[in-house]
Amino acid sequence: MTPVLEVRNVTMRFGGLAAVKNLNMAVPRGALYGLIGPNGAGKTTVFNVLTGVYYPTEGEICFDGINVEKKKPYEITKLGAARTFQNIRLFADMTVLENVMTAHHLRARQVLADAIVGTGRHHVEEAETRHRALELLKIFGLDRVAGEAATALPYGSQRRLEIARALATEPKLLLLDEPAAGMNPQESVELMRLIRWIRDEFKLTILLVEHNMKVVMGICEVIQVIDYGEEIAIGTPAEIQSNPKVIEAYLGGG
Amino acid sequence: MSPARKVVSIAVTLAALAALNYIFEYGFGDFYINPYYARIINLIGINITLAVSLNLINGMAGQFSIGHAGFMAVGGYTATYLTVYHGRQIAEIFGRSLTDPVGSSIVMIPSLIAGALAAAVAGLFVGIPSLRLKGDYLAIVTLGFSEIIRVIILNIPAVGGATGFTDAIPITNFFWIFLMAILTIVITRNIGTSTFGRALFAIRSDEIAAEAMGIDTTRYKVMAFVISAALAGVAGGLSGQLFANPLNPQNLNFVRSIEVIVMIVLGGIGSITGAVVGATTLTILPEALRSFDQQFPGLRMVIYALLLILLMIFRPQGLLGRRELNLSWLRRRQRKDGSVLA
Repeated sequence: MTPVLEVRNVTMRFGGLAAVKNLNMAVPRGALYGLIGPNGAGKTTVFNVLTGVYYPTEGEICFDGINVEKKKPYEITKLGAARTFQNIRLFADMTVLENVMTAHHLRARQVLADAIVGTGRHHVEEAETRHRALELLKIFGLDRVAGEAATALPYGSQRRLEIARALATEPKLLLLDEPAAGMNPQESVELMRLIRWIRDEFKLTILLVEHNMKVVMGICEVIQVIDYGEEIAIGTPAEIQSNPKVIEAYLGGG
Repeated sequence: MSPARKVVSIAVTLAALAALNYIFEYGFGDFYINPYYARIINLIGINITLAVSLNLINGMAGQFSIGHAGFMAVGGYTATYLTVYHGRQIAEIFGRSLTDPVGSSIVMIPSLIAGALAAAVAGLFVGIPSLRLKGDYLAIVTLGFSEIIRVIILNIPAVGGATGFTDAIPITNFFWIFLMAILTIVITRNIGTSTFGRALFAIRSDEIAAEAMGIDTTRYKVMAFVISAALAGVAGGLSGQLFANPLNPQNLNFVRSIEVIVMIVLGGIGSITGAVVGATTLTILPEALRSFDQQFPGLRMVIYALLLILLMIFRPQGLLGRRELNLSWLRRRQRKDGSVLA
């Protein structure tokens, strides 16, 4: 089976600095794929290249058979790759429900004229969107706070809301940028369970960029380690844990 | 709302507007509306259209445009030009003259449509290149645009140049002004409660996150900009053909744009009812303060400015903030069912 996401020889330069060098990735369909690396390894740059925030200097990115290295973020989301952000970016002046409803935008069939005139199609679709959004919130245990302001939620709930919002775009690939950032160990464990469950329930592929080794080791099937923008190892959690290069990158060379 | 109820409410609105319009023009028995008050009420209607339409781009989409007078000018001059140079022919097609109420109403329709379309096209041309810019840069481009429009109009003799379009035929009346104000409110409200409105609110809130949700931010900003411009064009078409209120490039400079911005800021930026309240207040206030001028000439504007400053100190979010004023507002506030949008 062809990988859902394929990265071929991607290099990302900022002036003289190559934040990502010659990176290759192949994320199999349905996988839980972890991309890890120490601080400043280029993880977030990889993430931004994959989601269209940056265009790579060289190389190809193939998502579901389509080249996306020159596509804008909204086009990539449209193709079915949704993301979350390391520093949560919820729509602050909307309610929890509206945040999720907004993400359903992509699948909307109504045109502007429907909304302006208030046609039957518009009303039916609005009701549908609201219903789906509520269902999604229920899955994440957020339905009871649907009417609250999104930013009034506690931190952990905001993270879950962000994931729910990404899922509302009905993606094939979910990209999570440091989902465990700022969480205590207890919350991290719950999050790991949730991520695995999402993968199974929604039958999608998850690419995880993470700093927290524990999270990645706990759930990912394939882990790729980068340092200074280059791949230093790839394999199962067990292989990665015993890889001397990885240990050196994380603990510092002697 | 079911289709039948919708038709009924539209019919009732039209009938009510027509009845009020009759009272405005011919009085009711012995009762006549003071022309000075009638003029203020008409200006309120036009300012509501302007403020609510600007609110679409400045409030809902969060893009700071200060060129609304420019779109008003484009629409106003186009609409008035059509009436002045072709109005008679259009009315004659239907066997009417421009001076009777039916004839002038028939001409009003193509005139306003032409004004809206011209302003929409202007909005598209300004919007496509400039809406990639953010914040202050967009403000400067829109300001520049409206000044360019003004200078161009100054140099077209067919529309009166610097003396203003004094050939304009006063076919605007209460009916058309408030019909357009209501239409503007309904259009923006319906956009606000739809997936398009949510896309605009998302852009206002966080553009990067909005892109990540699959929202083509530039496209939506341009869309909002074009609709906003078209509605400003309608307001221009109405005001240019109002009795004794000819279009004049002097009155369509950037001070006019700022006036409209002050209206929506005062009412609460992002709130449609806020824009209505702001437009009404700021049209009445300078007139209501006129008595001060009789004792101390010039004091009026000092008080006007003071009131605005005080409001901005004690209520920087505007009178209504982002809330909407409606009958179920109190109930909704207690229920918190997630249905309150902006």
